[in-house]
Amino acid sequence: MVRIPQKMKSKKYWIDTLWAYIYLLPAFIILGLFNFYPVVKSIYMSFFDWSLLRQEQFFIGFQNYQKLMADNTFRQAIINTSTYVVLYVPLTIGLALFVAVLLNSKIKFRGAYRLAFFIPWITSPVAASMVWRWIYNHHYGLLNMIITSIANNLNTIISFLSFGKFTDVFQFTNINWLMDPKWTIPNIVMIGVWKYMGYNVVIFLAGLQNVPQDIYEAAEVDGATSWQKFWKVTLPLISPTTFFVSIISIIGAFKLFTEIYVLYTGRPGPLNSGMTIVYYVYRMAFERYRMGYASAAAYILFGIIFIFTLIQMSAAKKKVHYSS
Amino acid sequence: MQAEPTMWQYRFRNHFKMGILYLVLTIGAFIMLMPFLWMLSTSLKAPNEITMRTIKWIPETFRWENYRTAWNAAPFATYFSNSFVIAITCTIIEVMLSSLAAYAFAKFDFFGKNVLFVLFLGTMMIPGEVMLIPNYLTMVKFGWIDTYYSLIIPWTVSVFSIFLLRQFFMSIPHELYEAAILDGCGRFKYLIKVMLPLSKPALVTVMLFKFIGSWNAFLWVLIMTNTPKMRTVPVGLTYFVSDVGTQYNLLMAASAFAMAPIVVLFLLLQKQFIQGIARSGLKG
Repeated sequence: MVRIPQKMKSKKYWIDTLWAYIYLLPAFIILGLFNFYPVVKSIYMSFFDWSLLRQEQFFIGFQNYQKLMADNTFRQAIINTSTYVVLYVPLTIGLALFVAVLLNSKIKFRGAYRLAFFIPWITSPVAASMVWRWIYNHHYGLLNMIITSIANNLNTIISFLSFGKFTDVFQFTNINWLMDPKWTIPNIVMIGVWKYMGYNVVIFLAGLQNVPQDIYEAAEVDGATSWQKFWKVTLPLISPTTFFVSIISIIGAFKLFTEIYVLYTGRPGPLNSGMTIVYYVYRMAFERYRMGYASAAAYILFGIIFIFTLIQMSAAKKKVHYSS
Repeated sequence: MQAEPTMWQYRFRNHFKMGILYLVLTIGAFIMLMPFLWMLSTSLKAPNEITMRTIKWIPETFRWENYRTAWNAAPFATYFSNSFVIAITCTIIEVMLSSLAAYAFAKFDFFGKNVLFVLFLGTMMIPGEVMLIPNYLTMVKFGWIDTYYSLIIPWTVSVFSIFLLRQFFMSIPHELYEAAILDGCGRFKYLIKVMLPLSKPALVTVMLFKFIGSWNAFLWVLIMTNTPKMRTVPVGLTYFVSDVGTQYNLLMAASAFAMAPIVVLFLLLQKQFIQGIARSGLKG
């Protein structure tokens, strides 16, 4: 016989249950309709040849997944997205940690500096990418002009120091950033680091401020240098923060879409060099109306993100030093 | 054996270190702000100044009329009113629904609580892109394409907000709740009169997150709208590009006013917002 817990016999418990369900009902209906149902529906759809252009849909088993594996464009989308993740995640985390450590020392205007690093994060990705499109312009873009002026200044200095012996050491011709396929992912990495780094800085800063000051004092008494303090004290103690930041960054990076769409005005870069998984889903579903095929691609994205989360979690269990 | 540094050497080194620190931070901050400065600079330039091959930060004359020209070149008034209506409605409904749900999870002991909580949290692990296609079909079925409903209703619940508010509600002493209930205060009245006023910092964070997220949303709005009258600012901006082509001064002016409301809102409430982010990060 099942033993009924004591609390379940009380009237208050069931009144609370009734009220709790009333309070949760609106949120539950919305989540049910727009979260739980679509997750199930899209796996179901991924087994169909499901086109918006006709009434009837056909069950085809795993054929969508097989076709995806054989599709070169999809393979390129996975390679491009992975390249982006591999470049973007370490860069953004490394730089954010560097800036956060600097900001954590006793400085004036910390709030102002933090604001400068953070403000790109809140701006609209569309408007920000628009600005970068202008910066990357072939002839009049700020980036090419800055590189040119740096090269010219260096040339002047070298020429001066060598009494005119070496002139024009650095030759720079304007790079066509937006038309050259090999720059597509680096362009987006630059925007990504610029735009999303500030969030990581804020979280790292909060993590750093939680490291007890007396540990540093103890390390100083033992004669540790700043470098040693960073590697032996700071880094191990903020590893839970680093763990959180890397998960968030990896997951965010895999969803890359808007920056590509805006930077290349509705195209996935020259020669599909900016085709990402989400872009591929968008194109298949909303430009080609192949809903089943696109659902299968979306589920592969889900799978990749899920695997990364699991890897991170199991790695974290071994390595992370939890302070409490 | 190394000689002990004298007082002066020590001070000098310290000043030198701090100098480097400020230099690195200032250069870094300048690089971060440079795109914004370049945007503002370009937005005030004359057409012939855009096509110069040298860097010029300050335009000859500040052509403020670029902003008016850009504003009138596309239905930006409609885009802005759409964005405001959607972002404000979304934020208000979300904060109500999230408070109710968070209150149930934080204060009530009820049947099936853990199962429901895990189910709610589980949705945070699913990328929104997976739900895009079925949600689109649902919208077609409801006839909500190109209406406010599709741009508001699906986004009125955020599990992140529920979680954040629940954490905050749980930090309010439970004795207070029990005493109030014993004194005959209703559950709903307690939420309105006690919990919500005490949770202002968390509510501000949740609302700011939602407002910014709603204002900046792109892919969903792109799919849901097919006429200019329903477009929001970001989607309108991408269509604006094809209208003005390479008139980058107008494009930068439009980008500037597209960013403006969020930047102003953020500058007004940045302290609460940054604290909120820091808090959310620590929970991990």
